[in-house]
Amino acid sequence: MIFIAPILQLLILPLAADYEVKNINISIVDHDHSTYSQQLISKITASGYFQLADYGNSFQQALEQIEKDKSDIILEIPDRFEENLIRENANELFIAVNAINGVKASLGGVYLNQIIAAYNNEIRLKWIQPPKYNTVPSIEITSSYWFNQLLNYHYFIVPGILVALVAMVGSYLCALNIVKEKEVGTIEQINVTPIKKYHFILGKLIPFWIIGMFVFSVGLFVVARFIYGIVPAGSLWVLYAFLSIFLIAILGLGLLISTFAETQQQAMSVAFFFIMIFMLMSGLFTSLDGMPRWAYIIARSNPVTYFIEVVRMVILKGSGFSDIKNHFLIMIGFAGLLNGLAIWNYRKTS
Amino acid sequence: MIKEVVIKTDKLTKRFGDFIATNEITFEVYAGEIFGFLGANGAGKTTAMKMLCGLSRPSSGNATIAGFDIYKQTEQIKRNIGYMSQKFSLYEDLTVLENIQFFGGIYGLSDKQLKKKSNELIDILGLQKESKKLVASLPLGWKQKLAFSVAVLHEPKIVFLDEPTGGVDPIIRRQFWDLIYQAADKGITIFVTTHYMDEAEYCNRISIMVDGVIEALDSPINLKQQFTTSTIDEVFYKLARRAKRTENLK
Amino acid sequence: MKRFISFVKKEFYHVFRDDKTLLMLFGMPIVLILLFGFAVTNEIKNAQIVVCDYAKDPASQEIINKLSVNKSFHLKKALLNHSQIEEEFKKENIKLAIVFPTNFNEDLLHLNKAQIQIIADASDPNTATTLINRATAIIMDYQKQLTLNSNLPYNINPEIRMLYNPELKGATNFVPGIMALVLLLVCVLMTAVSIVREKENGTMEVLLVSPFNPFLVIISKALPFLILSLINLAIILVLSVTLLDTPIKGSILLLVAESTLLIICALSLGLLISNNTKSQQTAMLLSMMGMMLPTMLFTGFMFPLENMPVPLQVIANIFPSKWYYIIIKSIMIKGLGFSAIWKETLILLGTTALLLILSLKTFKKRLE
Repeated sequence: MIFIAPILQLLILPLAADYEVKNINISIVDHDHSTYSQQLISKITASGYFQLADYGNSFQQALEQIEKDKSDIILEIPDRFEENLIRENANELFIAVNAINGVKASLGGVYLNQIIAAYNNEIRLKWIQPPKYNTVPSIEITSSYWFNQLLNYHYFIVPGILVALVAMVGSYLCALNIVKEKEVGTIEQINVTPIKKYHFILGKLIPFWIIGMFVFSVGLFVVARFIYGIVPAGSLWVLYAFLSIFLIAILGLGLLISTFAETQQQAMSVAFFFIMIFMLMSGLFTSLDGMPRWAYIIARSNPVTYFIEVVRMVILKGSGFSDIKNHFLIMIGFAGLLNGLAIWNYRKTS
Repeated sequence: MIKEVVIKTDKLTKRFGDFIATNEITFEVYAGEIFGFLGANGAGKTTAMKMLCGLSRPSSGNATIAGFDIYKQTEQIKRNIGYMSQKFSLYEDLTVLENIQFFGGIYGLSDKQLKKKSNELIDILGLQKESKKLVASLPLGWKQKLAFSVAVLHEPKIVFLDEPTGGVDPIIRRQFWDLIYQAADKGITIFVTTHYMDEAEYCNRISIMVDGVIEALDSPINLKQQFTTSTIDEVFYKLARRAKRTENLK
Repeated sequence: MKRFISFVKKEFYHVFRDDKTLLMLFGMPIVLILLFGFAVTNEIKNAQIVVCDYAKDPASQEIINKLSVNKSFHLKKALLNHSQIEEEFKKENIKLAIVFPTNFNEDLLHLNKAQIQIIADASDPNTATTLINRATAIIMDYQKQLTLNSNLPYNINPEIRMLYNPELKGATNFVPGIMALVLLLVCVLMTAVSIVREKENGTMEVLLVSPFNPFLVIISKALPFLILSLINLAIILVLSVTLLDTPIKGSILLLVAESTLLIICALSLGLLISNNTKSQQTAMLLSMMGMMLPTMLFTGFMFPLENMPVPLQVIANIFPSKWYYIIIKSIMIKGLGFSAIWKETLILLGTTALLLILSLKTFKKRLE
């Protein structure tokens, strides 16, 4: 259970958590039925981003498709589109986007704009012979995507999910296991034996530390590598060094929860609550930069945030030790703080 | 004098697949008596009791409780019995008073009755100071006494007690039996399962179950004579040795 | 009736005496709304950028200036050398690097052609695409200023309108999802646990021996959670309208009716779980694994359904939360009426009926 559940999640979650914007359903309302409108439509459907969900004459009908979630975006081509474009040198197109999902809407709009602009250029070239020298100043922008040239969304999400899972395994299982001993009463038995307290704590933590290492390794070398083709660009030594400190910190958190909870049920609800906040506030799915100040501060006091950053930096960008020095220091701080608090609270209660 | 029969069973049987938990048990319990139901773990006494309370439907055989048929008149039966399970069956997160009011409430006592009853009960148990405290904070013995009093709050004809004294010390057990006697004096029939043999001695009559069958049924004195022993403990031991199934079996 | 009231009263005592449950019950929706509404945004703001300006002329300065005053970008530093870019990407949380070649202004004015290079950290592909587009738009804007008088011929001007959510707020997408999540959490988990607790404590037997109708036991256990769920629903709606500015466009009555349907569905599921478990622990695990996870995964509010592999999309249809999410989105955000969602409602109704029958049957069987 301990091993299978996280690995199963690692297999399923990236499949589910795919925010790549593709397969946008488009409804096209074509009042023109001209060569130009047909060309534009075929450009759109050939782009790979869009799927033609509906083609018709009525905007109302297209809107209904949006209401039924059958379609995400409407492109309305006005009557006499071709004619006006040539005669009056300009024409308008109307685009309506279902913006309930903001990311999808803005990216969908951007893609559609790009296609239209490219088509616009083609038309211009057809009508005007390009002059040898530009007559108006124009800026040529070359853009390049580093570290993930194919814009593969899995590269972004899989390492992050790996971190989330290790954090869950560490804190959740560790807290539950210790509370179980408390509940069953075996902890009292151990307390009367000559075993020192720190021996007991170490004895509890080390197996989970190894499990965490194991889960991470399986995820990295088996799932990420063979299924998603992610090969770490940076040094594995740095990654594992950071992982081992992160695990100490997260086990400390589990220990801390276990000192507060009396029953497994309480440990479960408390751990669940915190893990959920940790996951949402870690930059796993959404960028930290967009957060308001207070949320940013919470996110910055979350150890998971730092490991997610480090994993992405090392695996995707190939950052080295000197690049993530600060992260190391902060994580050591977390490890000390969480374990210190846990031990202090443990002493106090027993 | 003919005694009024309040529980009467006729070849009452419960099967779970191939396993016969209680096998054709037939006995009678008279009004106002304390009837002890003894047996080793797994002998079938809890199953028998559950059938009598309507918690479990018999596979075959007949029984009447307070004159009502256990197949057809379950509603009338429920109104006339009280029940206390092994686990004291009180709500720990409710206060003493709230527990009394809740159980009185589901038995349909009126507000006036309820008020009178709960005051009486708190007086008898000496819980005036604790009536607003959560049951969880009471010592085990008090919880147990309270649970019993709540089970007889609606003045049932019969009260079923399923191993009511597990885990408490002898003094409290003694006090608990005092409560049982008080209830019996009021005419309530007590049907109690136990495996404390000293408690068996307190009963008017006892039955001993072995392997789903009632092997002996009489007053403690008669049983001791019959088996030529000085304690019920020894009677029980003699009978239980014949048992083929152990508690490890299903 | 009096019996019923005293039973329901007792259920409320249980809920209000357990502070941890209360925290779960009312803290969860508030925290979720706050987090999803403000913290977990898909909006891209303050992305850190670096510039490497070899030109240092008026044109490059003005473009840099335009970029740095934009809400999307936050100018981190200016680099002296091209080779530092990779270093910066590796060390810092830099999303974009913009490189101006030497003589940028001169090329632009005299050759009428100049180049800018934009490099994005594509480890987060969606952010990278969006940022490059925004930067491009800003630069194009500048170019337009220069060529203000000479309009390009044959111009197509797309006019984009964002329906339902013009500001592209994340909350619009999340609020209906949070509603599904919270209602299911409260109803399934709490009902299952509260019934199993009675079993564990032996009080269930006492209740069944009493003349109180067993089915009434179930109803009186479920009723408080129905009420609490409706209160929760009200809290979520009030918070989302006041705090998140997500108005309810459709009929509130319909919204409450559909939510009540989901609540009944969830209560039946909780009952079903409680019938098949003996300990609170198992009941909790089952509700979490069986309901929470699929709700998060398969409603489509956190993870886009259409990108999932087909088998997962098929599985998603089993869970009532998916249908509820569609219904709520339609009513609340799109402002549609019943005619648009009758199909989903029917599916939800069917699931509820099935679960209810199944759970009552298993409950009856347990009574024997």
